[in-house]
Amino acid sequence: MSTDHHHIILKPRSGWAALNVKELWEYRDVMYMLALRDVKLRYKQTSLGIIWVILQPLAAGIIFTIIFGKFARMPSDGHPYLLFVFCGLSSWYFFSAAILRAGNSLITDTKLITKVYFPRLLVPLSSTLAVLIDFLVMLILLFLIMFIYQQPYSGTIFLLPIFIFLTILLATGVSLWLSALNVKYRDFIYAMPFLVQIWMFASPVVYATSIIPEKWRIIYALNPVTGIIEGMRLCFLGESSLDSLMFIISLVLSLLIFISGAFYFRRVEREFADII
Amino acid sequence: MKDKAIIVEGLGKKYRLGQETKSKRYKTIQEEIINFPKRFLKNLKTDITEFWALKDVSFEVKQGEVLGIIGRNGAGKSTLLKILSRITDPTEGHIDIYGRVGSLLEVGTGFHPELTGRENIYLSGAILGLKRWEINNKFDEIVQFSEIESFLDTPSKHYSSGMYMRLAFSVAAHLEPEILVVDEVLAVGDMAFQKKCLGKMQEVSKDGRTILFVSHDMGAIIRICSRAIIMKDGKTVFDDIPTNAINEYSKLIEDNHQLTTSVYHYESITLDERLKIFKINRVEILNSADGRFTVHWQEAIKLMVEFQISEDILDLVFGFGLKTQTGQYLFVNHCNFQKDLDIEKLLTGRHSIIVECPGFLSPGIYSIVLGAEHNIGHENIFHFESLNLKILEYSIDGMTKGLNLPGYFNIPVQFQILT
Repeated sequence: MSTDHHHIILKPRSGWAALNVKELWEYRDVMYMLALRDVKLRYKQTSLGIIWVILQPLAAGIIFTIIFGKFARMPSDGHPYLLFVFCGLSSWYFFSAAILRAGNSLITDTKLITKVYFPRLLVPLSSTLAVLIDFLVMLILLFLIMFIYQQPYSGTIFLLPIFIFLTILLATGVSLWLSALNVKYRDFIYAMPFLVQIWMFASPVVYATSIIPEKWRIIYALNPVTGIIEGMRLCFLGESSLDSLMFIISLVLSLLIFISGAFYFRRVEREFADII
Repeated sequence: MKDKAIIVEGLGKKYRLGQETKSKRYKTIQEEIINFPKRFLKNLKTDITEFWALKDVSFEVKQGEVLGIIGRNGAGKSTLLKILSRITDPTEGHIDIYGRVGSLLEVGTGFHPELTGRENIYLSGAILGLKRWEINNKFDEIVQFSEIESFLDTPSKHYSSGMYMRLAFSVAAHLEPEILVVDEVLAVGDMAFQKKCLGKMQEVSKDGRTILFVSHDMGAIIRICSRAIIMKDGKTVFDDIPTNAINEYSKLIEDNHQLTTSVYHYESITLDERLKIFKINRVEILNSADGRFTVHWQEAIKLMVEFQISEDILDLVFGFGLKTQTGQYLFVNHCNFQKDLDIEKLLTGRHSIIVECPGFLSPGIYSIVLGAEHNIGHENIFHFESLNLKILEYSIDGMTKGLNLPGYFNIPVQFQILT
């Protein structure tokens, strides 16, 4: 039994740490299994089961259509409101569900953190992965709605993978920040639902960016979700308020939040077992 | 000469006080803001609120060695295992580990009651470090060892606590790391199951793997360990073959008797929440000889055990027994052997039971074994044995006769000389 190849040194650590992607890959089974657990648990003992995945966003979309589309007459840049709102909702729904679930993930899995070792990053990552199914379902619904409204596709639909990727990147980045902060400051448990709510109305989910006065657009675009949602609209509707500046801001901020989140997480994770 | 598996040098772990107390180790932002100016002031003064759970711990473990770690609660055993398992960082010193470490600090890590047995095997297996193909290969073996074949696709919440534990241990037992770190997980489960677990550990050690094993069960330490260390107040104070270590440990307990009062408040051992149907709150010796956990020689042992149960239990069987310091059972007795006692149904809540055992033991230190099981199925719901009782060298009227006789019992024997 040769063990020479496996030598670890445990000693006090301080400061920033490398991400250790190799180790994450080695433990990838843990991420799949935790994500699978989350998905299985979510609708256990519900009679509708997996149908809820479709029902929840669909109901939200319809309610938004009635309230904001019909009563409030929010402008949708001339597109059917349901379709318009669904473009935004698909990304937003995944984004908000991911940060809410992943934000609490370490607290929910306290027993794992204090009883066994594996890269802690896998806990929020698996939560995000588990919600990815909902994103997929939303996108399928979106294509269905496109079909129902008999909307023609333009070439911009091929940009879709870019915006899906951006959504996942940003959601993961914010999740890493929130989950790590939540261990130390439990305030986030209570603050997160508000944060999500405010964030939604600060993003063009139920309205179009075009209602924002031109001079405020740049500031508005500093919310990275703006670029993503307008990007989704560009893909499906063939036109939106997305310009290259908005796109670059969104891309750079998402990357920054993701990278800083991962490093912040690595920096504070060694304290988790002691303070959780 | 065998290679080293673990080298621990000058290891220390400091907790800030308040960080250790369970109630609140995390902060709120409000506190952080309020404490901000205080922190500046505090930095000027020496920080008095720190506590070393481990200090200057150094030892080496060779490959294939089975090292027992003994010591009282709070001696630092669990902290040591947590650092070795990479759950928490040391504050000072370092450890070199040659080989993959698998740790078993709790029965059922990663188990979720809503998932089926099958799903839990895969989930817990992955979390404990098994690859999916390894679980696939060992799946039948795991199921067989756990004896729950027919409930494999039932959600684990419907399992009895015994089944739950058997399955959980089976997954863990099939880990194959080069170094295995085991906390006191065998303190749960019925006797047959404990035997099975120990057997499995012996088997593992014969494969040449290195094991670190924390236990209060001295019998288990003697049976499976090749060496044992004693920990006290965060330090290793003794390191030798198990029999010597246990003798030393008995002396240590005797010198500094575990309890300075006649009342013992139960500290929970690592158990899955689900298994805590039965919880002991307090054990009191009613006829203590000197205000500690002692009774006079030839005096009956009178104990009051206060416990609480988290669900109604039909036909609870309560057990009392005594073990020697080396972990050998002297006897065990159950309350259902007593005809005039009628515990038909115990409701959720607190209860007390009085145990009286005649004084037939020789002077010395014994460990009290308390247990509870469901009469139906004889399923163990509680087992506890790290409470020491000392039988003093003299009786209540000061008699010290027969002290130097060997053996554990003082059984009255009738002699008659025939001429």
